Amino acid sequence: MKEKTQVADIDRAFYDFRYEENEDNFLDSGITPEIIREISAEKGDPDWMTAFRLHSLEVFEHLKMPEWGPDISGLDMDNIVAYIRPQKRMQSDWNAVPDDIKETFEKLGIPQAERESLAGVGAQYDSELVYHNVRKEVAESGVVYTDLESAMHDERYAELIRSHFMKLVPPTDHKFAALHGAVWSGGSFVYVPAGVRLEIPLQSYFRLNARGAGQFEHTLIIVEEGAYLHFIEGCSAPKYYEAGLHAGCVELYVGKNATLRYSTIENWSKNMYNLNTKRAVVAEGGKVEWVSGSFGSHVSYLYPMSVLNGRGARAEFTGITFAGEGQDLDTGAKIVHNAPDTSSYMNTRSISKSGGKSTFRSSVVVNENAEGSRSSVSCESLMLDSISRSDTIPAMVIKTDKADVGHEARIGRISDEAVFYLMSRGLDENSAKALIVSGFAENVSKELPLEYAAEMNNLINIEMKGSIG
Amino acid sequence: MSELLKITGLCVGAEDKEILHGVDLGINAGETHVIMGPNGAGKSTLGSAVMGSPEYTVTGGSIVFDGADITGETPDKRARRGIFLSFQNPVEIPGITLSSFLRSAYEQVTGERIKLFAFKKMLSEAMEVLNMDPAYADRGLNVGFSGGEKKKAEILQLLVLRPKLAILDETDSGLDVDAVKTVSAGIKAYKEQTGGSLLIITHNTKILEALTVDRTHIIADGRIVAEGGPELIDEVTSGGFDKYVSGSAL
Ligand SMILES: Nc1ncnc2c1ncn2[C@@H]1O[C@H](COP(=O)(O)OP(=O)(O)OP(=O)(O)O)[C@@H](O)[C@H]1O
Ligand SMILES: [Mg+2]
Repeated sequence: MKEKTQVADIDRAFYDFRYEENEDNFLDSGITPEIIREISAEKGDPDWMTAFRLHSLEVFEHLKMPEWGPDISGLDMDNIVAYIRPQKRMQSDWNAVPDDIKETFEKLGIPQAERESLAGVGAQYDSELVYHNVRKEVAESGVVYTDLESAMHDERYAELIRSHFMKLVPPTDHKFAALHGAVWSGGSFVYVPAGVRLEIPLQSYFRLNARGAGQFEHTLIIVEEGAYLHFIEGCSAPKYYEAGLHAGCVELYVGKNATLRYSTIENWSKNMYNLNTKRAVVAEGGKVEWVSGSFGSHVSYLYPMSVLNGRGARAEFTGITFAGEGQDLDTGAKIVHNAPDTSSYMNTRSISKSGGKSTFRSSVVVNENAEGSRSSVSCESLMLDSISRSDTIPAMVIKTDKADVGHEARIGRISDEAVFYLMSRGLDENSAKALIVSGFAENVSKELPLEYAAEMNNLINIEMKGSIG
Repeated sequence: MSELLKITGLCVGAEDKEILHGVDLGINAGETHVIMGPNGAGKSTLGSAVMGSPEYTVTGGSIVFDGADITGETPDKRARRGIFLSFQNPVEIPGITLSSFLRSAYEQVTGERIKLFAFKKMLSEAMEVLNMDPAYADRGLNVGFSGGEKKKAEILQLLVLRPKLAILDETDSGLDVDAVKTVSAGIKAYKEQTGGSLLIITHNTKILEALTVDRTHIIADGRIVAEGGPELIDEVTSGGFDKYVSGSAL
């Protein structure tokens, strides 16, 4: 397959891995190979996947915790197994779900059955029907859209998955990628054959199917030459798990002259550590468009990465982050220009409120062979009060002088004058601020699918009214 | 005639400095008043204080509107009671269209929902009065508007929101000859459509030509130093403020 050449050098990291000599870093996580084998057997993994999981566990045990970002010492790493097997503890009842989560469900107008499912306390919401209908329509165009576990067992896709799964994000990438490799569960597999342009966006249905899925889910998307796909993942409803760790992984393979648009809104409940890894590799003339909204979670590390490997490949990243009380959201994007005439464009907004902290981290690497490449980064931050914080950490490594790279950052506070102006027209203080924030976010929300944009504005309103979290 | 606005002994300060030192001013329903005075006299401060700007602190006196003491009320409550301030420097709010903002303001001020179609119709009628390009309705609120366009947008809001009292802070400044005419036609239309009261802060007489002025107040150094009918306007325009600043103010 074409993709094999694209990923070959990334794949190597898998073998180049060396254990850290320092025994201090060794961690007794409480996950044993036996537990992994047990998980693997429950899922009926093929042998290679069982081996992959076990290898990932080994890598996990030897990698260091990240020390360069927000504090994650609140994660109980000695008992990481508790995060992995929360299902056992998820038999709890609706009454145990925190009030703020319930309130948000209500405000977002989510039906009771779905609320319980989202909160992980209800029976699995029966979404099979919707799911099948979508699948039928999509299948007629030759597109494969299914959950990753069943695809792995389908002989038509098994090889495709084996040759792509965690090749772009190898377990050696970082500690939580390794954890993901060991314990991943649930997620989507999408394959768009060459030349197929799917006009309707595909939505992942884990909104309806939350139980068990979502915490360590894996998304694998392959868009072949000249194809087009818009994939929408997640939803604005807060996803609640008693055990607050999310370590998902998204791998996107964009073929020659293909376009993949990938939109997400993540709104994890505010006890979550969201350590998510997303990466795309783009072939000649191809394009990846990320649209990313980060709302919930206690701590987030999220930097979708685009590797532009073919001449003229492009990446666009549009993101918004909203950090409220008790939240430390470290988000951004990474771009690697690895071929001539590639281009990237990053446009982000971050908002912090009530002591929340939002950090925008960008990394642009332009390699020697990327002559004629262009990159433009623009980020704006808005702090809604004096106790909130906003930071911008741009990093650039430019190895050719034949590249055009620009960076622009603006950090500001909400202006009292603007609030007064709107209030003088009858809007109460919270509505005035919410309007200013929506306006500030508009650049990003206009990129979202319509119902998502509406939900996002709803979310902003809820956050602004301060009635939750 | 009933008293719509009654300001008594109003003292207003900002950043530990007193700007207004005991202002008395009353406006009856339907009246048009003019405030003149040198730069820095406290005219904008008075307008902002009546609107409830958090930039200023009322340190004495009271503001009564429509029979209710509003001295400590937030600006949004005052707006819902029917007070409107046309800003000397309207603020730019990116990402919110003039039209959608004004629709929610309309709903807040009137307490009624309005259908999009009905609102658009009302808006385009008002824009026509002001010779405004309809395309401005879908632009970011005041964003990239020229000085004159911002002032027109303020009067557009006045026409749509239909307050009981409109305070116009130098709405005429920075306007070209034609724009002054248009804006003053807009103010006249407000007056005719609603019978509301006006408090016009200005350095100019052009904007007043289409209107009947009931009373004029001269402010200098944070005090009302002279009051009279419309004739006072001509006196000031020909004689300047010297007489008030050096004379009665001290
Ligand atoms: N927020 C503030 N903080 C400190 N001083 C202020 C503030 N606002 C106004 N002032 C001062 O108060 C005085 C009155 O200002 P104001 O803007 O009311 O004058 P004005 O009569 O409207 O003048 P102009 O004709 O130039 O518009 C000025 O000396 C000004 O510098
Ligand atoms: Mg002024």
